[in-house]
Parts: sequence; structure tokens; C-alpha cells
Amino acid sequence: MPKGTGWRFSLIGIFVLLSFLFLTPTLVSKLPGWWGGLFPQDKIHLGLDLQGGTHLVMEVETQKAVEGSLDLVATDLEDTLTSKNLHFKRIARSGSDKVSLLLYEKGTAEAVQKLIKDKYPSYEQSPTFDEGGFVAFTLSMNAKDAQDRKDKAVQQALETIRNRIDQFGVSEPTIQREGINHIVVQLPGIKDPQRAIELIGRTARLEFKMVREDISPSSGTIPDDAELLKEKTTDPATGAVTEIPIVVQKKSMITGDLLTDAQVRIDSQFNQPYVGIEFNNLGAKLFDQVTAANVGKRFAIVLDNNIHSAPVIRERISGGSAQISGSFTEKSAADLAIVLRAGALPAPVKIIQNVTVGPSLGQDSINKGLYAGLIGVLLVVAFMAVYYKLAGLIADLGMVLNILYLMGALAALGATLTLPGIAAIVLLVGMSVDSNVIIFERIREELKLGKTPKAALDAGYDKAFLTIVDSHVTTLITAAVLFQFGTGPVKGFAVSLSLGVIINLFTALVGTKVIFDTLMHKGTAKTMSI
Amino acid sequence: MEILGKTNIDFIGKRNISFVISAIISIIGIIGIIQIGRGAANMGIDFSGGTAMQLKFSQPFAIGDARAALHKHGIAKADLQEIKDGNMLLVKMAGAAVGKPSEMVQEAFKKEFAGNPFTVESSTEIGPSIGDKLRKDTLIAVAISLLGIILYIAWRFDFKFGIGATLSTLHDVLAMVAIFYLLNKEINLLFITAVLTIAGYSLTDTVVIFDRIRENLHKNLKGSLHSIFNGSINEVLSRTIITSVTTFLAALSLFLFGGEVIHDFSLALLIGIGVATYSSVFVASPIVVLLEDRALAKSSAGAKA
Repeated sequence: MPKGTGWRFSLIGIFVLLSFLFLTPTLVSKLPGWWGGLFPQDKIHLGLDLQGGTHLVMEVETQKAVEGSLDLVATDLEDTLTSKNLHFKRIARSGSDKVSLLLYEKGTAEAVQKLIKDKYPSYEQSPTFDEGGFVAFTLSMNAKDAQDRKDKAVQQALETIRNRIDQFGVSEPTIQREGINHIVVQLPGIKDPQRAIELIGRTARLEFKMVREDISPSSGTIPDDAELLKEKTTDPATGAVTEIPIVVQKKSMITGDLLTDAQVRIDSQFNQPYVGIEFNNLGAKLFDQVTAANVGKRFAIVLDNNIHSAPVIRERISGGSAQISGSFTEKSAADLAIVLRAGALPAPVKIIQNVTVGPSLGQDSINKGLYAGLIGVLLVVAFMAVYYKLAGLIADLGMVLNILYLMGALAALGATLTLPGIAAIVLLVGMSVDSNVIIFERIREELKLGKTPKAALDAGYDKAFLTIVDSHVTTLITAAVLFQFGTGPVKGFAVSLSLGVIINLFTALVGTKVIFDTLMHKGTAKTMSI
Repeated sequence: MEILGKTNIDFIGKRNISFVISAIISIIGIIGIIQIGRGAANMGIDFSGGTAMQLKFSQPFAIGDARAALHKHGIAKADLQEIKDGNMLLVKMAGAAVGKPSEMVQEAFKKEFAGNPFTVESSTEIGPSIGDKLRKDTLIAVAISLLGIILYIAWRFDFKFGIGATLSTLHDVLAMVAIFYLLNKEINLLFITAVLTIAGYSLTDTVVIFDRIRENLHKNLKGSLHSIFNGSINEVLSRTIITSVTTFLAALSLFLFGGEVIHDFSLALLIGIGVATYSSVFVASPIVVLLEDRALAKSSAGAKA
């Protein structure tokens, strides 16, 4: 062997070994026991477009979280002022960023303002003004606190969604925050995407409110402290939905954040599923008090502002457990239990992107992509062999090395392979022989000038070198931009393309060169098969 | 084997013809881009927002019936496309909100095609805010990659070459848009990916020729600019063609066998490879010659005065 080829052959060999090593977890479905911590575990993941699944982008309506905080402040102020005997006309959130207070007298207003300053120092108060003979002022969250509240809401939503998905049971889900108020969820291989989406996207705010039997739902006027909600029931046989309007107390007696557990149980009498809930200490105490004080009255179980049911309190319920029954299927009961356990979202979420690919389409894409790839490779291999003879075969060998290294690198990075990613690999097959084409054409020119094969070979590689580097860098620039801006499938394309281009530089300048060097090292060859 | 022996084609001399052809293509491309900006082109829902579904029915169906079924349930503005292979139907509804439309379509077919059950092979729902963001991001991506390319070429060669390379790359981008616009093919994210890929590919083609021109300019200080440029293009012509052939073969197999999802993507690649090959020979170098001629004329005019 000529000098200087040894290390190059070793390098090629080492890379081949490494590629196979990294590809093993991808190719072997069950790794043997001795494949311990030392060996690579990462494998090439299939993108959602290949294995089927759902990709969701959700927007957290963060302003609603701010509104929720303001509502709490308003309720708390109502209670505090009442207990301190400070008379007020109305305290309520107005718009999405203020609490407005309406009081009878200037004196009380001043007392209240001082009280608020102590209790909610970070809130900003407006000067008092006159509103229809009353004294009014408003309270608003300062900008930084509002931002914090929004930020926290997204963080909490992320945690809650992660909880729900874990309990729902999806293997290898991805749940990430993106930008200011977006959450990206990927659920690979999910069978019932619609159900999962409903489960994730539900706010699941559970409230218990007293029914106001004294106000007829059909009467146009509803007092400030009450609201009109609807009880929706679906007939399991016909699927027809009926809506019954019910007037309830605006203020909730108990809310879902006082729950410690929720489980599906089956009613032994009617064989109907229901959701059994457990309150924490505070919840249990409240529930005990409320039921004791209101025996014979109805209370409404309100979920996301829809009345789930409005049963009559038959007796005082102590012990802190209750049940939510209704027209459940086993699935819907299980889903309700999950969302109650995982907790409510701090603000509603809106699904702004939903890409779902069925598993059969994914498999179909894999098959077609591989088939197209195989044919592409064969066509190029055949073309090169016919056109450049032995040299063409060496270029083909370089191309195969190229693909092997690329797959190895993808596995080592734990990259995700998408259909456009497969397309990039197939395209690379065509482009990767380009370096060799540039070199071969150069060698042919040098041969025509009458150089010996050895001299022509060296001159060909030397002169082609800069051209090849230039051409690779330009492709890398676009691939890098694609990677930076692309999402999902496009990113996969960019990853395959840029890795392929870099690897190609190696196989063209080192890989195939060393074979030629070995064949030609004596410098006595009269002809060259090119 | 050799397809081309030694050639001596006057590429630069044909620049009047090629410039006219390229100008027409570019103008159509610009019209296409304006239409895309106005939202009047066939935009993919990843840019326009909306819902796209692929349904697989168990039995053959008439597309007219499908349209009637949707119409009956109040879905008037839907693009329907049938894929004969496997009783598939593509439904596209632009600009609609997330969630509702897909449910409505499924409801409609459940009721009207009761005897022909279907499965949802894939569904994509994109809210309008995402589409807007994506459109902006894409414009930035295209702009940045073009800028990166100009800078690199300007650094490696000189400014005139940079202009030639950029204009010919821009020409390829416009040509791809023009052809997709004329064929009324969907402009979506995959198309943009194809365009950027071809931008890189076209540049590679151009750089290879430029490299040779530079080399010959250093070697040969006597020949006219025309003959050096022409000679260089002819010298690398077989490389230009061979590489186009191999890449074309690979893209062709994607086009023929890669399946519906990347069908238009591979079509864009095929068109792009053709256009890029043409532009590296007929657009990039002639532009540089034109610029050099002008600079020369100016300096000699200056010398006379």
C-alpha cells in the first residue's frame, strides 16, 4: 500500500463501524442485555408524518388568566369589606384589566383605598371619581405583574397538559413551550386524536354553585349576583342535545382546586359509570358546611360554565367525598376523572394548529419513500457505472458510504426523519456524485492534455478542490436558513441536507481519493478506466 | 463513455435570446409573487390558514356526490380533489377556523355517504395567526439565504460575479414560482423548501462555472472576455449536464414513486433542476460579461476624454 493511505483507510473504516454502531438501536428492535450504558441508545425517530400522530399548537389565552386573578381580587374585596362593615354598592371586574369599585360615600372610599393599599400593594389605584352620584375608582394590576401572571399561566398550562397526557397514556409525547404563549404538543402514534384533543384542550374548571330557584330563567332580568347557565344533556340513544337554562349564584361555593382525587367508579345499581371525587381538608369542611346549610335545595355542578348536573342536596355530606354522575360513557367518565385529577388550566387554550396523520398513511409514506429512494440510487449507480466505468463504480461506493454515514449521523443525533427528510437523502444521492463528476471531468481533461493517469489524477483532485468546497458552502447556507426557519418536516429536510453535504465533502475528498491513490500509486498505469 | 466531446458553443453570443426568454419568465414569476402576496394564488393552508383533510373511502365514489354532500351541510367553499388510487378524497377549506370545519365535513359524509364508511388519513388545521407568522418567516428565510449567497460569492469572486450569481438564482426562484403559478399548483411550505434547495443547487452550478472562468482569466490574459467565458462554459459543460442528469434521475424517482405527499415537491425539484441548469449557462455568465463590457466601455471612454 502506498504511504499515507493507511490512516485514511482506517478513518473510513472507523466511520463505517461507528455508523453501524449508532444505527444498531434503530435497526434492532430489541437490544440484547449486554448492550449496556456504554453503547449508544439513541435512534432515528420517525416524524409524525411517517409514523402517524398528532401535532398541536395551542395558544394560551393569557389575558383570561389576568381576568381570573382580578375576579378573585373582586370577590375577596367583597368579603373583606362586608366583614369590616364598609358599605359598597358594587365591586366587579370591568373589562379585562380592571376591577371597578362603586361606593356610597367619600369617607368609605378613602378607608377602602387605604385598605387596598395595604392588602394589594402592587395594584394601581385610580383617583376617585363621581359616577351617577356614587364614588367610584378602579384597581388595576401593574404591567409587570400582569406579564408575570401571564407567563405563569403558560407555565402552569404546560404542566397541567403534561399531567393530563401522562395520565392519558401516550408513549414519547413532546410537550414544549414555544414563543410567548404557545404550547406545542406532539402525540406520536395516537389512536383516537379527537379524544386526546378534547382532553388536552378542556379548561376543566369545576365549580359548585347554588341554584337560585327564586329567579325564573325566562325572566329577562337577572340580578348582579346571579347568572344564567345551561345544562346540556345528550340523549345516548338519539344523540339529540337538550339545553335547560338554570339560574345559579354567581359566586361558587367550592371550586375544583380543592380536589385531591377523582376516580371513575361504576354504580352497582344501574351499572352506570360516575366520577368519585375527594376533597382536601378545606374542601371537605366547606362541602360539609354548604350541604348542611342547604338540605333540600339544589346545587349545580358547573364544568367550564356548563352545568353538568343540578342535584338536590338530600342530606349533609361530611367526609369530603362526593360523586359526579350523569350520562357518562366509560370513556367520557375516565377523561373527566383525568382532567379533574390533573387540575384545571389557569386559562383557556385555543388550538391554532392541528396536524393529524393516520398510521396507515404514515406507513404508506415510508414504503413509498424507501422505494423511490432505492430506485433513485439504482438509477444513479447504473448511470455512473456506464458513464465513468471503474471510476464511476468508485464514485458509487463513495455514495453508498455517504448514505451510510448520514444514517449513522442521524441516529447519533437522535434526529427525526420526516418524509421531506427522506426526499433530501434521495436528492443527495444525485448531488453527492457531483463532487466526483467535477473531479472526473477534470481528470479527463488532464488526460486529454497528455498527462499520465497518475499526474492527471493528482491534478484533477487539486484543481477541483476549491470548486467543490465552494459548491458545498453555498448549499450549506440555504440548508442552515431552512433549519433556522423551518418547522417539523422542513426542519427534517434541512438536517438531512446539511449533514449530507458535510459528509459528502469527506467521502469525495478522502473516501474515493484513497481508492484511486491505491490503484494508481505506482504511477506506471498506462490507462485509466474513467 | 462520453456524451459530449469537445464543444464550442457560443453561449454568450446567444444572450439576447436567453435574456428575452428569462425576462418573460421572470415577469410571470413576479406576477405570481404579487398574486401570492395578495392571496390570489393557490395558497396552501399552511400559509392561508384553514383545513385540509385526506379521507379514504371504502368504496369508489363520484366527486360530484361528495361536493353535493358538503353543499347540503353548508360547506360551500371547499376544494375537492380525488385521488383515484385507493378511493381517496382531498378536501381543502381555506381561511376557516380550527376544529369546526373538520367535524362538519366528517358529519356530512357520515350522513350522506352512510353506505360508504371512511377513515381520516390525515387532517391539517391551521389557524390564521400561524399562517401569517409563517408567511413572514418564510419571506425572511428567503431574503436571508439570498443575502448569504450574495455575500459569499462577492467574497469568493468579485462584485460583478456576485450580481451575476444572485440574479441567476433569483431568476430560478422566479421561474419556479412562474411555472407553479401557471400550473395553478399549491404554494405551500414544501414548495418553499424546494425553492430554497434549488437556490442552493443552482448556485453550485454557477459557482463551478465561475471557478473555471476565474482560473482561465488568470491563465489567459490575451483572449477576449467573450472567448474566455465561452471557453470556460464549454469546458465544464459536460459536468453541468452529468450532474443535472444524476440529480434529475433521483428527483424523478421521487416524483414517480414517492407518493402523493411529496408529488408536487418533487415536481418543483424537477422544474428547478432544469431551470437551474439553464440559468447557470445562459444567465449567470452572460450577465457578468455584460457588466464587464459596460465597465470596460466606461473606463475606455474615460481614457479617451
